[in-house]
Amino acid sequence: MENFAKLWQDILKLWARNHTQYLTGALSTIELAVAATFIGCLIGLVCGILQTIPYRKDDPLPKRVVLGIVRAVIRIYVEVFRGTPMILQAVFIFYALPYFSNNALRFGSVNVAAYFVVSINTGAYMAETVRGGILSIDPGQTEGAMAIGMNHVKTMTNVILPQTIKNIIPQIGNNLIINIKDTSVMFIIGYTELFAVHKGVVGATYLYFPSAVVEMAMYLCMTVICSVLLRAWEKKLAGPANFDIATTDTLAHTSGMTTYVEKKEDD
Amino acid sequence: MEQNILEIRHLSKSFGSHEVLRDIDFSVSKGDVTSIIGASGSGKSTLLRCVNLLETPTSGDILYHGEDIRTLKGGAPAYRTHVGMVFQSFNLFSNMSVLKNCMVGQIKVLHKKKDEAHAEAMKYLEKVGMAPYINAKPHQLSGGQKQRVAIARALAMNPEVLLFDEPTSALDPEMVGEVLAVMRTLAREGTTMLVVTHEMAFARDVSNRVVYMNDGVILEQGSPDDLFNHPAHQETKDFLSRFRSA
Ligand SMILES: Nc1ncnc2c1ncn2[C@@H]1O[C@H](COP(=O)(O)OP(=O)(O)OP(=O)(O)O)[C@@H](O)[C@H]1O
Ligand SMILES: [Mg+2]
Repeated sequence: MENFAKLWQDILKLWARNHTQYLTGALSTIELAVAATFIGCLIGLVCGILQTIPYRKDDPLPKRVVLGIVRAVIRIYVEVFRGTPMILQAVFIFYALPYFSNNALRFGSVNVAAYFVVSINTGAYMAETVRGGILSIDPGQTEGAMAIGMNHVKTMTNVILPQTIKNIIPQIGNNLIINIKDTSVMFIIGYTELFAVHKGVVGATYLYFPSAVVEMAMYLCMTVICSVLLRAWEKKLAGPANFDIATTDTLAHTSGMTTYVEKKEDD
Repeated sequence: MEQNILEIRHLSKSFGSHEVLRDIDFSVSKGDVTSIIGASGSGKSTLLRCVNLLETPTSGDILYHGEDIRTLKGGAPAYRTHVGMVFQSFNLFSNMSVLKNCMVGQIKVLHKKKDEAHAEAMKYLEKVGMAPYINAKPHQLSGGQKQRVAIARALAMNPEVLLFDEPTSALDPEMVGEVLAVMRTLAREGTTMLVVTHEMAFARDVSNRVVYMNDGVILEQGSPDDLFNHPAHQETKDFLSRFRSA
């Protein structure tokens, strides 16, 4: 009991002393995670769409060659960035520019480098998620769209992608939560997010455990809030469980929302 | 001379080394209601999918008003707006309401104004008796209701020919009637239809031409009376008797 009281005292002390740092650190973390997840999703969407452009043996050769190269490039990108630790990717990219340009070129700031690395990394995961999401839509949806004269682009934008995005929201959520936690490795190139704050604070106070408790609580808060928001978004996209019976007789509207029943009387 | 909307000439289709359709010849003229019947696996769906270019024929020609459909302006998508298709599995867009399903093609493909598309969609949804359900999503409907919406969606594109691939075989028996009733109405109004079906009563009573397919070829075609009452081939007799006894 005594230890808990002491812990509480230490936490209060830390908070009084360093709450600005903790809060700005948390803000940097959430900004990086949200922005990189968003950009990563866009990258993933583009890659997923490019990878699933259908081509057939009887298509003209240039089309097949271009699509073949596109698929190969994306495949390599995905394998490289999914298959190496993000902490190394950060170091690799951050130092590659000055190394190859004899210090003439470098990232303008660590922020740009951090956003770049996390986005590219998320994009690699999302590319696979989107590709799988597109392929998992019932081919009947594509045939239905083609049968009313839609071309590939119209079919994708009106029918396939809206359904794909709805289906991959849980994966987007996963990536956001992973990013909130894993952006902590960006301290390696000097990006000051929440974990970097911890390192700074304990260096001055030696309150290793109390600061870790504060950090754990803050990370958990951020991930739980994101998870709740994402569930709400998912639910919103799913639409209402019931539908309105539409009638031209305005008086009949008094019946209001009708709960769907399995079989209705038909004419 | 009556104008053929579609002419299929020497059409063949193989999947790899498996020859599914061989030298198919037939035509569809305005107002025709043609039923295609035949045993499972005889190539009926493949034929219909070739006519709509969902499958690429291996050889032969399909002419639309005398023009080869492969060289039509606008390509396959433009051609398909004239030749609608209703699928066994409905294939309604699950991300859209009933109304949106019937409007999206008109707006995105035919570039109609929104209120015009709305009016057109309502017209056909009323015709199939689905106007009260415009706000429903496909998964909230019964099979028969889905198929009627699918018919309205196809009609809303104002096609010249409507292809049906076993529109009632995925339905519970009590829902078959409502879909066939809609198709009967369409036939009576002079809609040109090409219908793959196992509903022999529909083929006999509603269509004016019946095509019997056997093992990838058209074995015989003619009026319902010819085919049902005076079949020329033993295979046709056997096929029909299996249905009578069933
Ligand atoms: N994509 C495909 N690849 C290979 N073979 C196929 C393909 N589609 C159809 N087939 C084959 O073509 C033949 C004819 O199939 P099809 O679906 O046209 O028959 P059907 O007459 O419509 O039968 P059913 O009455 O059962 O619907 C079958 O042997 C089938 O296995
Ligand atoms: Mg079939």
